[in-house]
Amino acid sequence: MKADAVEQSLYEVREAIYPRAVRGWFATWRWLLVWGTQLVFYGLAWLPWNGRQAVLFDVAHRKFFIFGLVFWPQDIIYLTVLLIIAALALFLFTAIAGRLWCGYACPQTVYTEIFLWIERRIEGERNARIKLDKEGLSLRKFLLKTSKHMVWALFALWTGFTFVGYVTPIRELWVEVLTFTTGPWETFWILFYGFATYGNAGWMREQVCIYMCPYARFQSAMFDKDTMVISYDRVRGEPRGKATVKGVGEGLGDCVDCGICVQVCPTGIDIRAGLQYQCIGCAACIDGCDQVMGRLGRARGLIRYATTHAVEGKPTRILRPRVLIYVGILAAIVAVAGASLYLRVPLKVDVIRDRAALAREVEGGRIENVYRLQIMNTTEGARTFQIAVAGLPGLQLASEPRVVLEATESRMVPVRVRAEPGIAAAGSHRIQFSVRATDDERVAVSEKSVFILR
Amino acid sequence: MSQFTSAFWDVYIGLITIVSIVACAVLLKMQSVRKPVESETSGHVWDENLSEYNNPLPAWWAWLFYVTIVFGLAYLVLYPGLGSYAGVLGWSQVKQLEEENTRAQAAYGPIFDRFAAQDIVALSKNAEALAIGQKLFLNNCAQCHASDGGGSRGFPNLTDKDWLWGGTPEAIRTSIADGRTGAMPPFGQALGDQGVKDVAHYVLSLSGQASDSIRKARGEPLYKASCSACHGPEGKGNPAIGAPNLADRIWLHGSGEEAIAAQISKGRVNQMPAHKDLLSPAKIHLLTAYVYSLSGK
Repeated sequence: MKADAVEQSLYEVREAIYPRAVRGWFATWRWLLVWGTQLVFYGLAWLPWNGRQAVLFDVAHRKFFIFGLVFWPQDIIYLTVLLIIAALALFLFTAIAGRLWCGYACPQTVYTEIFLWIERRIEGERNARIKLDKEGLSLRKFLLKTSKHMVWALFALWTGFTFVGYVTPIRELWVEVLTFTTGPWETFWILFYGFATYGNAGWMREQVCIYMCPYARFQSAMFDKDTMVISYDRVRGEPRGKATVKGVGEGLGDCVDCGICVQVCPTGIDIRAGLQYQCIGCAACIDGCDQVMGRLGRARGLIRYATTHAVEGKPTRILRPRVLIYVGILAAIVAVAGASLYLRVPLKVDVIRDRAALAREVEGGRIENVYRLQIMNTTEGARTFQIAVAGLPGLQLASEPRVVLEATESRMVPVRVRAEPGIAAAGSHRIQFSVRATDDERVAVSEKSVFILR
Repeated sequence: MSQFTSAFWDVYIGLITIVSIVACAVLLKMQSVRKPVESETSGHVWDENLSEYNNPLPAWWAWLFYVTIVFGLAYLVLYPGLGSYAGVLGWSQVKQLEEENTRAQAAYGPIFDRFAAQDIVALSKNAEALAIGQKLFLNNCAQCHASDGGGSRGFPNLTDKDWLWGGTPEAIRTSIADGRTGAMPPFGQALGDQGVKDVAHYVLSLSGQASDSIRKARGEPLYKASCSACHGPEGKGNPAIGAPNLADRIWLHGSGEEAIAAQISKGRVNQMPAHKDLLSPAKIHLLTAYVYSLSGK
């Protein structure tokens, strides 16, 4: 065993981090995003639309309402496309300016920010919180801690309630909550999502980013030397040292080693050590350092968003192949998805041939085939549809060609198709069913099937 | 329920399970002790110069492992997991199925019961009852009778007014619940090839179709002797025994001389299976109303 061996455990107890409050340009941006995202999240669930909830993912009835659009499980491709767009947007933003998502919009950041705000209101600033945690249990400490956790828990439960309110109508859910009559699954998900919010934003915080988030670990694949990351200007700052009355004259750099950048960091790292995987790109250290530099009358930007090239004094290229390719793919997918959404027909038809009896002979030796048409009216109003069939000479519909479907109704319609004997060779022939709304020419769907002659 | 004939295997599996869980706990405990570490990195090197730091795991991570152990032990106490031990909760797949069936019955039973007391003729005009009836029909009957109830060769058309066993609500209900067996004996031996053909031509003439007048004349006495007992002197059939009407143009097993001759010569047993063990009386009631409505259009 070597002499420099140190004792180490396989497990490490988390050291509490007490981020200092910070004001500044980037903190303001984060708060704007906190307000923006959370007003949408907590408010949108209550918005009415056409006599229903504007955004409702009605899992029980497999219908998903987003304003005027009604999605069915068959539209899962749009969810896939949405996720692809989200992933590509993430790649693009990461390539341009690093972990923008992590620093400003990720729910983990947003809720941690809100929970920290509550913590500060109740327990005080960084120093007061450190002191409070160190001292023994007193009535004051007990009351402060209890009230903090109560407020956290209430906020977390409201979050869980809102979350469930997107799956089951929130106004009905609210009445159920008030009368303690929520169903078992509603209760479970309100408590579960509430617990996850409380646990992640109150207790886990940076541990989620460092140990749990997979995205954090593969983001570096999108980085290159032209990616803007939060950088400490080592050339300007070093050698660091406390500012004396005589100031910078003694060969010291601009960094006064005040430690503010470490105190404000929500993951507890020292940005001056360079880019680290723990850094979520929140720019709190930039705001903190800028304040200090401003007070000392020195130029801001000792810590700033800068590319590796810029720090090395080389030119930065924002529009490089990586960015252009991301933009190109993203634009193409958005355009295709938008067009597809715009051209989407609010009608779905599936044709299912009767399988046991392929063909039957009816009076006059004519041949009949029977099909089931699963017709799905995905609009929110009743509609009349006209069924037609084509593909063989003289092929005709021998059952009722008109069918009325209620709003968002899906119905199985048995359909009889008849052919004169001898119009074609025995065997299977391709035919097409077309279903068309009587009030709108554009709402039409054509589906293939086969007609069997014998 | 154990698949093993010897209790040894129950004990064997139970022991392996318990010992594995305990071993995991011991391993976890051993790893929590501080140990001297020689180097900052794990010692593995990839791609010439990529090495991995020996960073410790967060402590709550270890607690998650302990939670899984506690969960596993609690599970083994509550549920069947250790050999033939049934668990404190007494859970079994069969029991769960029964519970779910009971719940489904409680949830959907009233919907069917609401219609069970109503008259079939009235129900056959009730859109809601027919919508449920159609779903039952598509699931249980359409495989043979086709999705529109129009049947096919060998499977009666339920949308016309021609009924083998009678078209009253009671007759339809009996057909669904108890099933029907229509049996026609073979006459090939008794009549001979020519006799069969002669009878076939007479049968064709019953529905006014073109037939050979000589064969028809020869077939008539044969028909009266062999067929009229069941199919009636005028070929009108007999719903009491399911004998088809031969005087209309509806042919269950195919039209034309050849098909009719084959039927006479070889006979046939045609069966509708009984559904009383498969469907509840309330569902059969709704199906009866739906089938009744098919021919009323």
